[in-house]
Amino acid sequence: MQNEKCKIKAQSFKFLALNFIFTLCVLRFAFAQEPIKSADLIVNAKEYDGKNVIFEGEAIGTLMNRGDFCWLNVTESDNAIGIWLPKKLAVGIKFIGGYKERGDWLKIEGIFNRACAEHGGDLDIHAKKITILTPGEKLVDPLPEKKKKLALYLGGVVVCLSIFQLYRLTRKKQLKTA
Amino acid sequence: MILRPQLQDIKIIFYYLGKIVIALGFLLFIPAIIGFLYKEISPIFDFLIASEICFILGFFLTISCRTDKDLSWMHGMIIVALGWLIAMFLGAIPLYLSNHFTSYLDACFETMSGLATTGLVLVQDLDHLSLAHNFWRHFIMFLGGQGIVVAAIAFFAKEASGAFRMYVGEARDERILPNVIHTARFIWLVSFIYLVLGTICLGIVSLKIGLPANKAFFDGACIFMAAFDTGGFAPYQQNILYYHSFAFELVTLGFMILGAINFNLHYALWTGKRREIFDNIEIQFLSFTIISLFALVAIDLTRFALYPSIDSMFRKGFFSLISAHTGSGHSTLYAVQFVKEWQPLALIGLILAMSIGGSVCSTTGGVKELRLGIIWKGVTQEVRRMMLPQASNIITKFHHLKEMILEDSMLKMALLVSLFYVITFWVGAIVGVFYGYPLLLSMFESVSATANVGLSCGITTASMPAVLKILYILQMWAGRLEFICIFVLIGFFIALIKGK
Repeated sequence: MQNEKCKIKAQSFKFLALNFIFTLCVLRFAFAQEPIKSADLIVNAKEYDGKNVIFEGEAIGTLMNRGDFCWLNVTESDNAIGIWLPKKLAVGIKFIGGYKERGDWLKIEGIFNRACAEHGGDLDIHAKKITILTPGEKLVDPLPEKKKKLALYLGGVVVCLSIFQLYRLTRKKQLKTA
Repeated sequence: MILRPQLQDIKIIFYYLGKIVIALGFLLFIPAIIGFLYKEISPIFDFLIASEICFILGFFLTISCRTDKDLSWMHGMIIVALGWLIAMFLGAIPLYLSNHFTSYLDACFETMSGLATTGLVLVQDLDHLSLAHNFWRHFIMFLGGQGIVVAAIAFFAKEASGAFRMYVGEARDERILPNVIHTARFIWLVSFIYLVLGTICLGIVSLKIGLPANKAFFDGACIFMAAFDTGGFAPYQQNILYYHSFAFELVTLGFMILGAINFNLHYALWTGKRREIFDNIEIQFLSFTIISLFALVAIDLTRFALYPSIDSMFRKGFFSLISAHTGSGHSTLYAVQFVKEWQPLALIGLILAMSIGGSVCSTTGGVKELRLGIIWKGVTQEVRRMMLPQASNIITKFHHLKEMILEDSMLKMALLVSLFYVITFWVGAIVGVFYGYPLLLSMFESVSATANVGLSCGITTASMPAVLKILYILQMWAGRLEFICIFVLIGFFIALIKGK
């Protein structure tokens, strides 16, 4: 009887211990997947230095090729961070943000450097994996009707004033010659 | 007894202001053309509207206040002081219409920051701003750096009479050529030549570092205007860090230093007087302050091992110091990094560099090296006076474009302007402290605004108190014009109210 009780106790202890380890793993995994905000990365740069991080943001500017690698700047509105990545990781990136385009929204997994030894002390992320979460798009450049009308009315006033000014100047010249 | 200004005085001031406003109207066509070239429809209308408002206001002023009377010193000073404020209000219109600013005040802040070649930014989502608006941000730096009035004189003035009074009001008391119109045109000629060379140079570097041709030369032109005019704007929110290139930083560094040198010295070098670069008191003091302040910064950065190698420490530290010293405000660091990582000694080094600035008759802000040199010569003269017999006649000489004898009036003026700067630094810092910012950071931001530098430790944001925004606008304005014409303007208003 006592042996059986001991066995049951040991089994339940094992079950609990496994459960605990499993929960810890799930929690750790879940937290590791949480993307870090740029402000957090910059403010707490020393804590994240040299660690694996996940950063999400919009690709902006230009993809700048440097040999087999390239630079891509990624912003999530607060700040933009430079991402150093092998060219092959950049293949899928189609849209890069600017006035006429909303860039691809990317998830970057890589090593964060507070002052990168390879890149002259720049704060950057060396990407290991890049996922396109939301593809970018072309942006329309709408001209509000109000702006059009305002420009037209103001233009009319400018033309009237210019004619008046021209008339004054020619009259002044005529008076001088007379 | 204070004499109340006559109606004729007000007419003269507004007539010339009208002319400056019309000139601004024409200049607003340039970014509209950029918008046309890059097929940005809405921005074209933003600039068209702003330009039309300028023409209407300008025509109204010139027609209603028409006068043939010549300018006095007072008129010249007031025209300059008001001209810069009007240029800010009008230049902010297209920026505000871009919907990238949370308020018109923010757009005015950005415009004054550009005109005064400061470089503090409040623009939102800069990375999605149109190229036309971005060009305007940089072009106003080019305009403000050379001087709005200098531009008006160079391109629109027919007679030199009166022009010199406005020229002096814009913090330029040295004529390069005997005629002030020729001087203004020379300043613009030099600037245009440098603009072309600088754009090509930075464009080629940009191509090498992976930018496509259309962006390489556009960015090249923008960064050149911001660097040479020691402004500090950049087309992207990361500023120079965006490019991740030592070569790009190095070329920008060169243009920042060029911009910090007296236009007279440029002229001397252009005309073959190379010896001037070694003899000039400004260059001697500039070299001395750069070396000594960099030593201060380097000691602190090395002591706390902030960077992994000497190279990277030099790259970050020297770039930041030159940016601060020349009043450029270009940055390869995030604003928060100054606060969180840089230690007080390095920050003090930057604050000192910002407050000193570059040469007179250049585009830099701050007290300036010539005044520092004059004060130093004055101190040594006094020490010598005390050590030598009373009857001895002490003459102190220094070389600035020619051999000069130190006069009391020079020393008085240098001390006065320096004192105004120091008072303004402290006023800004105290107001910053009142709003809850630490003293060192408040002082950093205040010096940056007054000395037209543009480096920020994070206080300048769209969410900062409106009072602080207005104060920084006033500091940038007063700092760029070097106070005297601001005091004349205040005196003019007092005379209007209290005069008889």
